[in-house]
Amino acid sequence: MMTDRFMRVLTLADYNTRIVMFGTVLLGIAGGVIGTFLLLRRRALLADAVSHAALPGVAGAFLVAVAMGVDARSLPLLLAGALVSGLLGMGCVMLITRFTRLSQDAALGIVLSVFFGFGAALLGIVQKMRGAQAAGLNSFIYGSAASMIRTDALLIGLAAAVVIVVAALLFKEFRLLTFDAAFAAVDGWPAGRLDLLLMSLVVAITVLGLQAVGIVLVIAILIVPAASARFWTESLRVMVLVAALIGAVGSYLGTAISALAPRLPAGAVIVAALGTLFLVSFLFGGSRGVVRAVITRDRAIRRTVRQNLLRMLYECEESGMDHDADEQMRYLSASRRWTAARLRSALGRLEREGLVYRVPGEPWQLTRTGRYEAMRVTRNHRLWEVYLLEYADTAAAHVDQGADYIEHVLGDALVAELEEAVPGYGRTLPPSPHSLVQDEQGGAS
Amino acid sequence: MIWTSLDSWIVIAAALAGASAALVGAFLVLEKMSMMGDAISHAVLPGIAIAFILTGSRVGGPVLVGAAGFGVLASMLVHVIRRAGRLDDGAAMGVVFTVLFAVGLILIEQAARHVDIHPDHVLFGSVELVPLTVVEIGSLVIPRGVVVLSAVLLVDLVVVILFFKELRLVTFDPAVATTLGFNATWLHYLLMTLVALTTVAAFEVVGSILVIAMLVVPAAIAHLVTRRLAPFLFVSVGSALLAAVLGHVAAITIPPRFGFEDTSTAGTMATVLGLLFFVALLAAPERGLLTRAWTMLSRRMIVRTQDVLGLLARASERPDRDGLSPSELRMAHRSPFAGRATGLWIGLFLLRVRGLVRSDGGRYHLTDRGRPAARRVLRVHRLWERFFHDVGKVRLVDLHPAADYLEHYTDSRLRDELEKEFAGSDTDPRGNPLP
Repeated sequence: MMTDRFMRVLTLADYNTRIVMFGTVLLGIAGGVIGTFLLLRRRALLADAVSHAALPGVAGAFLVAVAMGVDARSLPLLLAGALVSGLLGMGCVMLITRFTRLSQDAALGIVLSVFFGFGAALLGIVQKMRGAQAAGLNSFIYGSAASMIRTDALLIGLAAAVVIVVAALLFKEFRLLTFDAAFAAVDGWPAGRLDLLLMSLVVAITVLGLQAVGIVLVIAILIVPAASARFWTESLRVMVLVAALIGAVGSYLGTAISALAPRLPAGAVIVAALGTLFLVSFLFGGSRGVVRAVITRDRAIRRTVRQNLLRMLYECEESGMDHDADEQMRYLSASRRWTAARLRSALGRLEREGLVYRVPGEPWQLTRTGRYEAMRVTRNHRLWEVYLLEYADTAAAHVDQGADYIEHVLGDALVAELEEAVPGYGRTLPPSPHSLVQDEQGGAS
Repeated sequence: MIWTSLDSWIVIAAALAGASAALVGAFLVLEKMSMMGDAISHAVLPGIAIAFILTGSRVGGPVLVGAAGFGVLASMLVHVIRRAGRLDDGAAMGVVFTVLFAVGLILIEQAARHVDIHPDHVLFGSVELVPLTVVEIGSLVIPRGVVVLSAVLLVDLVVVILFFKELRLVTFDPAVATTLGFNATWLHYLLMTLVALTTVAAFEVVGSILVIAMLVVPAAIAHLVTRRLAPFLFVSVGSALLAAVLGHVAAITIPPRFGFEDTSTAGTMATVLGLLFFVALLAAPERGLLTRAWTMLSRRMIVRTQDVLGLLARASERPDRDGLSPSELRMAHRSPFAGRATGLWIGLFLLRVRGLVRSDGGRYHLTDRGRPAARRVLRVHRLWERFFHDVGKVRLVDLHPAADYLEHYTDSRLRDELEKEFAGSDTDPRGNPLP
């Protein structure tokens, strides 16, 4: 029974579900697209102030409608009220930042709390009105997709579609504005008017989202998809598409779940769905995702450790300290001050790779491939040292450290350039410009 | 209006919440972190919901602990997301507080099946219900919320007074504080702890939206009014107290006027705060918009009247002149009123009102009271010409514009200096007498 209902919702079998879904998904797409620009303009919280500022508009429109005797639950009327007071709130933010020395976030805090407080006072009046159908107004605070009727959903969906089309047509202009507003203005673009248009689209999405997602959470459909997309790509075009996709999927899942569990506030469910997608992006995003970053870092650390150890083994061999296992261990642990455990695990890894071997009780020996690899690493290191000595006038005592930082990231092309810059060594391994034996303090003498 | 002891307790609770929020909010606004208060007050919802589900009580220690825990968690998440995604503060906050608030709403909806709780309590607070839960201390019966808020206010006050010097240093110049070997980070986290504590304790009573209003708006008012920290804190706390009283009065008196019942006190308090901010924006000393406009206007008026006086003084030096007509005032040599009929009209009007100038058949004369004032204007003008000629080596033709500008901005001290400097001379560089 339950699964049956579940399938009916997910496959959009009911006409009503289909219509509501149409509205919220388009809204999610539009939110993702516009939100990307909003996020990159670093104005994310402006939308929060706008949405809170819409409450007195909604409650005021309701009171006016009751006073005039028209149907107070008509969505276009309430949204018009929300639009007016939302724009007024945005205007106040701009005036406060323009005419006082208060920072923008203080201006946002003032507008957000004062407008919402005033709205709450009006709402308090509405809720105590005799015979008023104030229940609908609560859906504006917490969101309720279920209470959406067909015409509402169509209105929201079509308006969102218009926003998407405008953003697509002006993509190039918005891109310029987002990345370098000053350049756009100098280059002759009407930057001020474009900015105003972009912010108007933000207000439009905020107001359209009020009924489905609610005042407190509506900025999530602007911010969360865009912030998630940030973890997947570094290109604006892709970011817009990913944000739109995440917005669409989040809205779809959220609406479906709240259709199944009408008790749950729809706005919260949509935002929780978006939040889950954000978490996935945050962890597994292809560009800035945490897991990827950790893996990349871990790989870099491992490569560095491996190359350092190979060079140490080679230099140990070179300076003739590899005849006795204890002596070798002392050399290895003194040169980098690794703990014994760390040294053991790094050696173990080399052994598994087949680069080193040892007879128990005897010192570690490089294998044939190991020696080849160790010589390559050491050669890179020394070429760089010679380069530093000849071109950067670095003191001989310091080149070891300087080369240490750079040798692990030298690619083939750079090594080829190095070979050209420090000729005379051919394919051979240059001798170390400094002593390889560590002194008491553990530094190169 | 019927005022009962319930109303008194409501106002006291709101005033306590407002005072503590305004006190710590002052530092939040000065450090440009106002929206952190917003983020924290939304993000604590899951903490409240979880504590509520576990204990079944809407108030008390576990709720405070749960809320504070999620407050700290939220600020850490904001930090992590900002770093990992290289996002700005606003975006990271937006993600964290919306998602946490959504989770909180869903949890509360689950819990509400069993016990009475509604997200409205968190958003709008329930200051009206404060007097209903009481504790007895000795023979006193005091609402529990009032006790909690008093304790929080006390903690805030003690910390602010103890660390006043340090807070002032860190807030206004963290770089200098660091240079002086002062640990700004430590104090910063102390401040954040106070903010979290105050926010949580206050919004249990007055709701999260009013908490933001109380954190940000009083401090913003103070920001408009003063630049010194101690007066800043007083103005901030004072406007929060005023808003608490006026807000509740407005909530129970205004709606009945229009035939409605009373409304949410938290909402009207925020509205009153907004109105106070608006008044400060317009009328703050020095920086209010109206104040600045008025200063500019009155300065312009002074310039206009001095210009008229100067022209009349010059005319009275020539015995063949019998006052000046308006058109002669406009046509006079280098007249500042060329093409400025309105300015002239205003200047003449102000001078006639003050009795310095009289009109006589369309011609204007200095009165006995006006003559010394006019002479002083002309004298200052010519002393400046002397100065620019003798000291500045300015050419004769360029003397007039410079002196014309400075004559309006010369106060008595500057005039005394000029008099002392040129005590020996009795003419201007062109040979006109110093009146």
